[in-house]
Amino acid sequence: MSSQVEPIDNEEDESWFASAAKVYPMEVKGRFRKIKWAILFITLGIYYFTPFIRWDRGPLLPDQAVLVDFERKRGYFFFLEIWPQEVYYLAGLLIIASVALFLMNAIAGRLWCGYLCPQTVWTDLFFRVESMIEGDRRKRIALDKQPWNAEKILKKGTKHFIWLMIAWWTGGAWVLYFADAPTLVYDLATGQAAMSAYVWIGILTFTTYSLAGHMREQVCVYMCPWPRIQAALTDEHALNVTYRYDRGEPRGHLKESKKRLAEGLPAGDCIDCNQCFYACPTGVDIRKGAQLDCIQCGLCIDACDSIMTKVGKPTGLIAYDTDINIERREKGEEAVYRLIRPRTVIYTAIIAAIAGVMLYMQLNRSMTDLSVVHDRNPLYVQQSDGGFRNGYALRLLNKHNKEQAFTLSVEGMPAGTTLEVVGVHKSAADLTKDTKITLTVDADTTRSVRALVFSPAGVELPGSKPMSFKLIDSETGETTVVSDFFRAPGK
Amino acid sequence: MAEHKKEIDQVSGVETTGHEWDGLKELNNPLPKWWLYMFYGSIVWSVIYWVLMPSWPLVNGYTKGLLDYSQRAVATEEFNVAAAERAETGKMLLEASLDEILNTPELLEYASAQGKVAFGDNCAPCHGTGATGFEGYPNLQDDSWIWGGDLDTLATTISYGVRSEHDESRFAEMPAFGRDELLEKEEIVQVANYVGSVAGLPTQDGVDLEAGKVIYEENCAACHMDNLKGDIETGSPNLTAPTYLYGKSVDDIIAQVNAPRHGVMPAWIDRLGETTVKSLAVYVHSLGGGQ
Repeated sequence: MSSQVEPIDNEEDESWFASAAKVYPMEVKGRFRKIKWAILFITLGIYYFTPFIRWDRGPLLPDQAVLVDFERKRGYFFFLEIWPQEVYYLAGLLIIASVALFLMNAIAGRLWCGYLCPQTVWTDLFFRVESMIEGDRRKRIALDKQPWNAEKILKKGTKHFIWLMIAWWTGGAWVLYFADAPTLVYDLATGQAAMSAYVWIGILTFTTYSLAGHMREQVCVYMCPWPRIQAALTDEHALNVTYRYDRGEPRGHLKESKKRLAEGLPAGDCIDCNQCFYACPTGVDIRKGAQLDCIQCGLCIDACDSIMTKVGKPTGLIAYDTDINIERREKGEEAVYRLIRPRTVIYTAIIAAIAGVMLYMQLNRSMTDLSVVHDRNPLYVQQSDGGFRNGYALRLLNKHNKEQAFTLSVEGMPAGTTLEVVGVHKSAADLTKDTKITLTVDADTTRSVRALVFSPAGVELPGSKPMSFKLIDSETGETTVVSDFFRAPGK
Repeated sequence: MAEHKKEIDQVSGVETTGHEWDGLKELNNPLPKWWLYMFYGSIVWSVIYWVLMPSWPLVNGYTKGLLDYSQRAVATEEFNVAAAERAETGKMLLEASLDEILNTPELLEYASAQGKVAFGDNCAPCHGTGATGFEGYPNLQDDSWIWGGDLDTLATTISYGVRSEHDESRFAEMPAFGRDELLEKEEIVQVANYVGSVAGLPTQDGVDLEAGKVIYEENCAACHMDNLKGDIETGSPNLTAPTYLYGKSVDDIIAQVNAPRHGVMPAWIDRLGETTVKSLAVYVHSLGGGQ
């Protein structure tokens, strides 16, 4: 018994909690590093400078190309203007984005994680700053180990200062999407900007500095749900960063391998130099196979390729490949690459379909709209002439950039039916009942009115008569018809 | 102390804790340190919170905290701010004429909102939440008004009431023609049938409508007018409209001529004040029957 359950050992070196092992990625040069730099410059360029692009929309609307205007409840994206009720465009974009992630995953695994994710892009930038100041991998390890002195303080201090500057600029660019950028920059500089702007800059400075500077790969490993989801989305034909163990094993140092070959023993191309592991920004040894921590950035490929070139062996010991191909090569078969397969075709089709629907809706976007809500209490009122009156709450939408006149009328009601809009008359004495009423709506806004419909006296009506309101734009002729009911006593 | 040898699990390559249950060994996969520090951090934070904010219940009351924060004080403050904001619009409302309110969108919106609330609190018990009234309680939605439906008249009626105890109350009382023996029973039947016939109601068989007409002209036309359409000056209801207050049949008319019922509406001016009365008038007017 006593041998089965041993008391917990409380030795100091044993802990229930582990410090994160710091990763010191090595700088590499190569194809994928170049691609990553290009994407970094393009995406950060878009992020930092987009708010300054101007787009003329006429005198009444903001001239910022990309703007989320919370105060006036509008979103602007170049030629697009989005009202709050049109946020489904955003939902559509998010659906496209998620299916695009699925597609990326089916083609080449976590392309998003490796190249496009903000966490990857900013962390990459922060790594670059770090290695420029503190030196490459080995120098950084040495610097961390050495006692604090002037050099260490200077290097670390400079690094954190530049990191904070980048982080601050990130937060600064963020708030520019929510207000006129040049004005806000001036207001921020002169201390006149809204408190919320400073708070948001502070929040984003903190998150950028801590996530890209300190948390780094831990965000990907511990915090982000996407690595878990992607495991379910990848398949055997997706090109993932793969160590071609068919070619690499058995691994061994260069001299050792040569000796083995001379003795007629098998020896792989991997010279066990660990460069792939040193280059990895998440501290993964890709030779252990596909794993959760791997963000598929391809930097280990660059590291391995440069070594293979040096030792005079073919590159591509680590490459975007599949386990299927490794097995096929081991059997002496040709490698297969199946980019076009049901999974990728279906994802592409879904993206095309949603994009098509959104484009169609955008091209056919109405410039006016009308919503009608029938009064609930009372449903109808009998008038002194014996006719009935129904009340409706109407909301007219004018998306034009100028005041627009509309003609409101009622359809589907017996002859003699009249219409009144409460508040349209200029004085209490000048109360007009009519069959058509002209209403103006200010530029780029809505107008709520109460409409009263009067049925003529002596006309027999069913309990609920289908009818509709018709709104015609006097200038463009755009017609909106909204169906509702006219209620009266009876069945 | 038994020397603990680090045991590595063969399958996962992870160290075990040394605990074993029926052959199953617990692996020691340590939690990240930063996670632990966040836990400590939240404990520290909770202590800071106890000191600064109201937190611990005591026998009498609770610990107030150094910041002296109170949700009730915040709510009171917000209420005062809102009241101060309202005071300005309320003053504008008080100074504006009713017609001006109707033509100023900002005031109209404010008055309608205030009127709606005041109506629900004070008027709905008799006139109904939809303002459609009940038998004996006038419908405020339709266009049939006993005392008039324009803004100023509505405000006067709301202010002083009908047959209320206020000195300026609207007052009208129809004589009890039957109970006080001003008319014979047969005459009452005749005049009621005559009125019913004009209003388009089914009349009783074999009643002399011509005689009823003569009785009407002698006894009723002075208030309800020759055309039966009533007179808002004297508060005499329109007898031709299908909006009868006390029932829509000849029998109901007979009952009313015999011994009329008279409803009472209280005067609201002293209780609600001029601003609210104005808002109520605007709200009732906007229901659709306003003139």
